[in-house]
Amino acid sequence: MAATEAVSGWLRRAADSDVWWSFKRSPLTVSAAIVSFLIVAAAFLSPILAPHTPFDPATLSLLDGLKPPVLVGEGGEWRFPLGTDEQGRDVLSSIMYGTRLSLLVGFASVVVAMVLGIGLGLVSGYVGGTLDAIIMRVADVQLTFPAILVALLIDGVVRGLISVQRHDEIAIYVIVGAIGLSFWVQYARTVRGSVLVEKNKEYVQAARVIGLAPVLIMLRHVLPNVMGPVLVIATINLGLAVITEATLSFLGVGLPSTQPSLGTLIRLGNEVLQSGEWWITVFPGVTLALLVLAVNLLGDWLRDALNPKLR
Amino acid sequence: MNAPAAPLLQVRNLRVEFPTRRGTLLAVDDVSFDIAPGEVLGVVGESGAGKSLTGNAIIGLLEPPGRIAAGQVLLEGERIDNLPYERMRRIRGAKIGAIFQDPLTSLNPLYTVGRQIVETIQTHLPLSAQAARERALDLLKQVGIPAAEQRIDHYPHQFSGGMRQRVVIALALCAGPRLIVADEPTTALDVSIQAQIIALLKRLCREHGTAVMLVTHDMGVIAETADRVAVMYAGRIAEIGPVRDVIKSAAHPYTRGLMGSIPSMGVRSARLVQIDGAMPRLTEIPRGCAFNARCTEAGERCFRERPELMAAGATRAACWRHDTGGVGAVRTKEAAHA
Amino acid sequence: MLAFILRRLLQSIAVLLTVGIVAFFLFRYVGDPINAMVGQDTSMEERAELREKLGLNDPAPLQFVRFIGNAAQGKFGLSYRTSEPVGRLIVERLPATLELALCAAIFAMVVGVPMGVYSGLYPRHWISRVMQAVSLIGVSLPTFLIGILLILVFAVMLRLLPSFGRGDTVALGGWTTNFLTVKGLQALILPSITLGLFQLTLIMRLVRSEMLEVMRTDYIKFARARGLSDRAINFGHALKNTLVPVITIAGLQLGAIIAFAIVTETVFAWPGMGQLFIQSVQFADIPVMAAYLLLIAFLFVAINLVVDLLYFAVDPRLRSNVGAGKGAH
Repeated sequence: MAATEAVSGWLRRAADSDVWWSFKRSPLTVSAAIVSFLIVAAAFLSPILAPHTPFDPATLSLLDGLKPPVLVGEGGEWRFPLGTDEQGRDVLSSIMYGTRLSLLVGFASVVVAMVLGIGLGLVSGYVGGTLDAIIMRVADVQLTFPAILVALLIDGVVRGLISVQRHDEIAIYVIVGAIGLSFWVQYARTVRGSVLVEKNKEYVQAARVIGLAPVLIMLRHVLPNVMGPVLVIATINLGLAVITEATLSFLGVGLPSTQPSLGTLIRLGNEVLQSGEWWITVFPGVTLALLVLAVNLLGDWLRDALNPKLR
Repeated sequence: MNAPAAPLLQVRNLRVEFPTRRGTLLAVDDVSFDIAPGEVLGVVGESGAGKSLTGNAIIGLLEPPGRIAAGQVLLEGERIDNLPYERMRRIRGAKIGAIFQDPLTSLNPLYTVGRQIVETIQTHLPLSAQAARERALDLLKQVGIPAAEQRIDHYPHQFSGGMRQRVVIALALCAGPRLIVADEPTTALDVSIQAQIIALLKRLCREHGTAVMLVTHDMGVIAETADRVAVMYAGRIAEIGPVRDVIKSAAHPYTRGLMGSIPSMGVRSARLVQIDGAMPRLTEIPRGCAFNARCTEAGERCFRERPELMAAGATRAACWRHDTGGVGAVRTKEAAHA
Repeated sequence: MLAFILRRLLQSIAVLLTVGIVAFFLFRYVGDPINAMVGQDTSMEERAELREKLGLNDPAPLQFVRFIGNAAQGKFGLSYRTSEPVGRLIVERLPATLELALCAAIFAMVVGVPMGVYSGLYPRHWISRVMQAVSLIGVSLPTFLIGILLILVFAVMLRLLPSFGRGDTVALGGWTTNFLTVKGLQALILPSITLGLFQLTLIMRLVRSEMLEVMRTDYIKFARARGLSDRAINFGHALKNTLVPVITIAGLQLGAIIAFAIVTETVFAWPGMGQLFIQSVQFADIPVMAAYLLLIAFLFVAINLVVDLLYFAVDPRLRSNVGAGKGAH
């Protein structure tokens, strides 16, 4: 009873809140949310929804190779609505599976960056002193370089440490780690700033006096305060992480062609672009652009809604 | 009105609205007053009473989405509230000067004060660069900037707060305006400097024959400076009259409360009086008199009908106590809320 | 002022040292410098001898000092992949990248700043809204996708412009330039647009939001109250105040452009440093990676210093000595 009341009260407040109001009022944001939802749903349900399993060699036939999309070219077949690549793989199914991988890497690397950044931010702000100085110096230096460069460097170092074959097996983890490591700074700075503000407030001092573990205090009081900004950073970073993964894969240092993400698909298609088989590149490209655009729109809206001052 | 000469500025039934998502806010409601040439009109009230908005509406710089919804503003008998932007721009600075609250942020940090004054002079007066600079120098001396010859080429950050406000006053005066709208000109300054700035403003305006609309929440400043005073409450004028009369025999209970809150000027009691409660939010102005919930003398009529300004001794006040009908049966606050 | 510059100089050196340490660790411990110099059949004894001769058994700090010393002279050892001196590889490719980055930066500034000013001044005008929408798309499109799109349209479909390589170049001493031949200039167009587009949208958005911010300040309101003309307010007062942050970002972006050239160079088969770096990552060619890292760090730091000096030109608050006026802020 009390629980349902709490929930309904929360819902009522949510429905009345400025955030929800600004969401409803912006058709662009609503469409972005719908597009994101559709892409995410199609991607994660790809084993069920996709017409083909593109990376099972047994189902492929070279006879089906390089068929154009149904509505544009001669020889298109409804079996392959968006055409096929030179090995006869269905482009639509490849895109669905590829999007799933892209999103997976994107989410995972955002989580890595977030956990790392929040952790280091808490430690840096709370402990202070030399440790703080070191962490923030590293952050400064890293911020000097674009994330893509940091990620490339990390990937290159891993390649230097292990064999090429082994690298292909763990490529996805390497990518997640590399992207995660290149995006932690923003979280750390935000959290650290908030910790520095809260640290000297009286309730923290008081809690310290009665012997509460300071770490607990920070977790309980600081984290809720920074969740808003952290969420905004995370949403905006999700778009960036997906782009970064796609770029790495496009450059040939990301996910291997046995496990293609959207970026890998675009790279493979780009190799035959000059001969006119545009669909192998363009459709994954459009999907990627739509996905990132939708996520960025959501991120922009979230930032504005949580920070009315910035508008 | 009983202004002696033809008024310089006439504000007639001014109404300023702010459209918001929860309906239109009426920030200034049916405000009328005159300012005679050379006169200092003090406008006093709590923050949110609409006094700054009235000032901004007069100089034509209401920030969107705020807008003048009704009423007129006349300068020397001509309407200025509906002028095209370009014509109003030529009046601003030339005929109406303005001074804002915070001298620290009123000056562009990237230009010398001299450049900013010369630029303003040349916008409004047909003077050569040399003549404009001499005028600027003269103005800086008039507002009491020491070593003006050197200071004219300094940047704003090289001046203290009080000195910067002097520069701002020089800027407001530089084209010889007939009226200055001064919005809380001393609030951001140290208390020790406030009196100097007010005295300077008063002296210069007297010398130049410039009228002043002095917007402030500080009744003490008004008492020292103004000829007449308008007390604003919740977007309306509660009382208006000669400053001496308003201080000595305030007719509106709210004005009496304000007087009571000034140390050493308490009219009735030796103790400081404070007004209970807070001004209603603009979305929740009650029926009848906006002050009714806080008024110790409210009657039943005050909850029913809105009083207009009416003669009340030497001043004019929007209070039913000065109407022949009176306030009606006295009700307690509890009864009023029921 | 001098203290400020000195402090920035020290910070720069600290950044370079940090990057130097990272590069050194890469060079010395992730890779093995010996491998590039000897064949498969070299015996363990010969390797050990070489190791001793090269000083690879010396204490790490000593090796670090030697590494930095060599780096300062452009000596980074041999590439694992091609066995050529890394310094020479980079110098050969430097002009291609720098010319591309320069064109992209100019394109981004020359188009981005006016767009930002316009949409900052008239945020509700439909042109501004269109520019906002386009900029959002520009930020969301990955660079390589823009490149592919441009190639598809202008090279494959319209056959107007070349899609790969530098075209004809002219050698001026050790520097090869695109600027002196028609084909070289044509070859620059698509890569420059690709590389500059992201920065363009970034600069536009930045100028716009700065402009909006400045237009809300008290001194702009006061400038209006003084009756100044719109021209004087917009371009005299507002624009100059937006310049400070714009210079910062534009400066940083120049660094970012050089780094992002990696992607553009790959798409357009542009023979620059970025392509070299990608190949080095693919082949775990550690010496090239380390050298590239140091070079980029050096370029970034140099750009940052120039940006700091530009501040002084724009903002008088930084020029004056403390004490002339009490409590500037």
